[in-house]
Amino acid sequence: MTDHPISQAPDDNRSDPETPALEMQHISKSFPGVRALSDVSLRAYGGEVLALMGENGAGKSTLMKILSGAYSADPGGEIRINGRRVSIDSPLAARAAGIAIIYQELALAPNLTVAENIYLGNEPKRRGMMDRAGMNAASAPLLERLGVPFGPETIVSSLSVAEQQLVEIARSLHRKSSILILDEPTTALSSRETERLFALVRQLREEGIALIYISHRMAEVDELADRVAVLRDGCAVGTLARHELSRAAIVHMMVGRDLSGFYVKHRDPLAVFNDVVMDVQHLSDHAGRVRDCSLTLHRGEVLGLAGLVGAGRTELARLIFGAEQPKSGRIILDGMPFAPRRPRDALDRGIAYLTEDRKALGLFLDMSCAANINLGVIEQDARGGVLDRKHGRARAKNAFSSLGVRAASPIVSVGGLSGGNQQKVLLGRLLETGPKVLILDEPTRGVDIGAKAEIYRLIGELAAKGLAILVISSEMPEIVGLCDRVLVMREGTIMGEVGGNGAAEITQEAIMEYAAGIAA
Amino acid sequence: MTSTTSSALRTAPQQVSTSRERMRSAIQAAGMLPVLVLLAVGFHLLGGYRFLSGQNLSIVAQQAAINIVLASGMTFVILTGGIDLSVGSILAASAMGGLIVSLMHGFGFLAIPACLFVGLLIGAINGVLIAGIRIPPFIATLGTLTAVRGIARLMGGDRTVFNADLPYAWIGNDGIAITSTLVIPWLAVIALLVVVASWFVLRRTVLGVHIYAVGGNPSAARLSGVRVGAVLMFVYCLSGLLAGLGGVMSSARLYAANGLQLGQSYELDAIAAVILGGTSFVGGIGSIWGTLVGGLMIAVLTNGLVLVGVSDIWQFIVKGLVIIIAVALDRFRQPAART
Repeated sequence: MTDHPISQAPDDNRSDPETPALEMQHISKSFPGVRALSDVSLRAYGGEVLALMGENGAGKSTLMKILSGAYSADPGGEIRINGRRVSIDSPLAARAAGIAIIYQELALAPNLTVAENIYLGNEPKRRGMMDRAGMNAASAPLLERLGVPFGPETIVSSLSVAEQQLVEIARSLHRKSSILILDEPTTALSSRETERLFALVRQLREEGIALIYISHRMAEVDELADRVAVLRDGCAVGTLARHELSRAAIVHMMVGRDLSGFYVKHRDPLAVFNDVVMDVQHLSDHAGRVRDCSLTLHRGEVLGLAGLVGAGRTELARLIFGAEQPKSGRIILDGMPFAPRRPRDALDRGIAYLTEDRKALGLFLDMSCAANINLGVIEQDARGGVLDRKHGRARAKNAFSSLGVRAASPIVSVGGLSGGNQQKVLLGRLLETGPKVLILDEPTRGVDIGAKAEIYRLIGELAAKGLAILVISSEMPEIVGLCDRVLVMREGTIMGEVGGNGAAEITQEAIMEYAAGIAA
Repeated sequence: MTSTTSSALRTAPQQVSTSRERMRSAIQAAGMLPVLVLLAVGFHLLGGYRFLSGQNLSIVAQQAAINIVLASGMTFVILTGGIDLSVGSILAASAMGGLIVSLMHGFGFLAIPACLFVGLLIGAINGVLIAGIRIPPFIATLGTLTAVRGIARLMGGDRTVFNADLPYAWIGNDGIAITSTLVIPWLAVIALLVVVASWFVLRRTVLGVHIYAVGGNPSAARLSGVRVGAVLMFVYCLSGLLAGLGGVMSSARLYAANGLQLGQSYELDAIAAVILGGTSFVGGIGSIWGTLVGGLMIAVLTNGLVLVGVSDIWQFIVKGLVIIIAVALDRFRQPAART
C-alpha cells in the first residue's frame, strides 16, 4: 500500500472547517480472538453524504453497531456529536444523541399503522389514553415532507419494501435525528424507487442532516456521495473527496489491488447454442404475477433474465423449480414433459435454484458449512439412511477448496461467514447435486467485490462445462457482462430478447427499453 | 488474479479458529451437567448423606425414566420448532389400552403392542393435523390433549383398571442386579436405550439432519428438497409412540391404569426437561444429551427435596424457580450472535 496514490491523511481537505456532526476517534473493537476494528477515525458533517464502503467483513457493520449502541467500543476511543463527547452504551443513548440507522432488514411492526410506527415507544397520550387523532394529524405533515403516496393510517404490511423504508426514515426524522445512517438501502428497491430515495437523500442533505450511506454499489456512491470513506480489514484506509472520486480509486482502496477487467466478458457473439435442455411454454401462475412466459434454455448457455424488481422473474423461477404450481403452460426438459410438484422433483431432474434471499430461504445459519453443503446430497451419500460422515467431510472439503470459501474449517457455522462466503457455501450445495440447469437468482446480492469476481468466473466455467444457466439479476452491468442472451421481463411477461445467436450486442439501453416498457 | 485475491481478501474478523469452535460446542454440550452434579452433591450433604446411595440413585433413575422417554420424543418435536402437549394424555390412553388387552383371556401377550399402537395412532393423528391440515402444533396438540384424556376415561368406563397378574409387570419393578444394594431398574435401561437410539437418529442419519434443517429454516429446507411434511409426520408419530412406551412403563409399575389421573401434566415435565437441556424453543438447535441431563435434573430435584424434608407445596415453588433460574443462566452463557 506504500504506492497508494491517494492521501491517507484525515479528511481535512474540506473547505469550511465547521464542527463535524459526528466524529469518531480511535475506535477499536475486539471480540475474543479477533480485532474487528482497529483505531478507526471517521467524521461526518451536517449537510453532506458520506459514503462508507468496504467489503463484507471489513468492519462496516461493527462500526454501525457501535454507533447504534448495540456494541460498546473498546476503551481508548471517543465519539463526539457536534463537538460534544458522548457515550453511546445503549440503543436509547444512540437515539438521544440523534443517531438513526435504517438497516437492510427493516424494523417496523407490520401490523400497525404508519403513524403508530412513527410514534412507537413514544405515543402521545391524552388523559392516559393514546391520542390516535393527534398522532395521525402530527404525522401527516412529516409524510408530506417526504412526499410519500400513503397516509398515516395505512397499515405498514400493505406497503412495499421501498415505502416501508420511507416510514423508517419518517420515524427517524420524527425523533429529530441529525445523523442518519442508511445501510445498503437500495438492496430491495427497483430503479424507480431508488431514484425516489436518492431525491429524498438529497433533500435531507439540503436540510442539513448528516447522512452516512453504506453501499456496495459504485454507481450509487458516484451519484450521491460528497466524500467516500473506505474500510478494509477493520482499518480506515482513507477518505476521498468528491473531486478525487473514481471507480478505480475506490476499488483499489477497498481490495488493495487493481480490478481492471472486473466484468470479464466471456461472451462470444458468434457462439451458437443448438442443444435445447429446457423449453418453457406459456407458463402462467395463479396470482397473475407470471403471464404466458416462454423461454428456451440451451446447453452451455448463460441466459439473462432482466427486469425491474417485481417484474415476476423470481416467481417464474419458482414455477420452474416446483416451489409454486403453475396455472397453465408446460415445461419440456430433455425432450420429456416435466411438471414438478415440489422442489425435490426439480432437484431429482437436475434443476437447481439459487434463491435471492439466502438467509431466509437458503441457508441454515446455525448449521455448519459442511452440513449446509451436503444437505442436498446426504441421501445419496448415506447407506440405508445412515450418514456416511467420512464421505460428507471429504465432499465439503472439496467444495471448500474448489469454490474458494474462506472460513476456518467446514465445521464452523455458516451464520458467522461474510455474505460472499455464505453465497459460495449455498452455491456449493447446488453444485453438489450435479445439476444440468442452474437458475441463479441475484447471485451476487450482498456479496463483496472480490467474491463477486469469483462467482462470475465460476458461472463462466460452469457454462463452459455444458450447464445451462439462467441468471436473474437487477444489476445491469452484471447481466450485460455475463450473459450470452438476455430476456427482459416486465409486469409478468417476457417483453423481448436482447442478444441471441450471433445477433446484436447486448446493451443496457436495449434492456432498459424493454424493462421500462418503452420498446414493445 | 485469483492467487492474489485469496491473500488480499482474507477478512480476519470472520476467522474463528477450529479449536475455539470445538471448545464452544463442548461447553454447550455439557450445558446443565455441572448444575446437575451440584444439585446431587448439595442434596447429599443436606439430606444426611443418603442421596448418593446406590439404593436412592436407582429410585431416582426409576423416577426419571418415564419423563426421559417422553422428553426424548418431545426433543424431536421441539427441534422441528413444534410442541406436543398431548403426551400425558396419550400415556394414559395407551396404558388403559394395554391393561384392557392384558385382561383379555389369551391375548395378554398383545398388551405391549396395544400400548405402542395406541400411542402411534394418536401421534399419527397429531401428524396429520399438523403436517397435513397445517394446524399450528400448539393448537392441534392442545386439542388432542383434551380429547384423548376423554378417550382414556371412556376406555375404562371412567374407572381404574387393575390387573394383579400383569404379564409385563417386570418392566416396572425388576432390574439388573449389580450388587445386593445396587439394582439398575429396567425402566432406566429402557430410558437409556431410547436416548441412545434418539442420538443415533438425530446425529447419524439423514432423517436427523432433515429434522434439524426443518427446525432451523423450514422454507430453506423445502427448497433444498427436504420433505418437510414427512419429517413433521415422523416426529409427531415418534412422540406418540414414545408416549405409548411411557404408557407401558407407567402401567407396568402400577399394575393399573386410570384414565383420569395417569399422566396428568406429564407433558409439562417433558417440556421442562427439553428446555433445561438447552434445546431452542424455535427449533434447529439442541441435543438429546441435554434432554437426558434435564430429565435427570427434574428427578433429582423431586427426590432430593423430599429427602431434605421440603414440604409438598414448597417443592413446586422450588422446582419452578430452578427451571427459570437455570434457563436464565443459560442465556448468559450463550454469546450474542454476530453477523
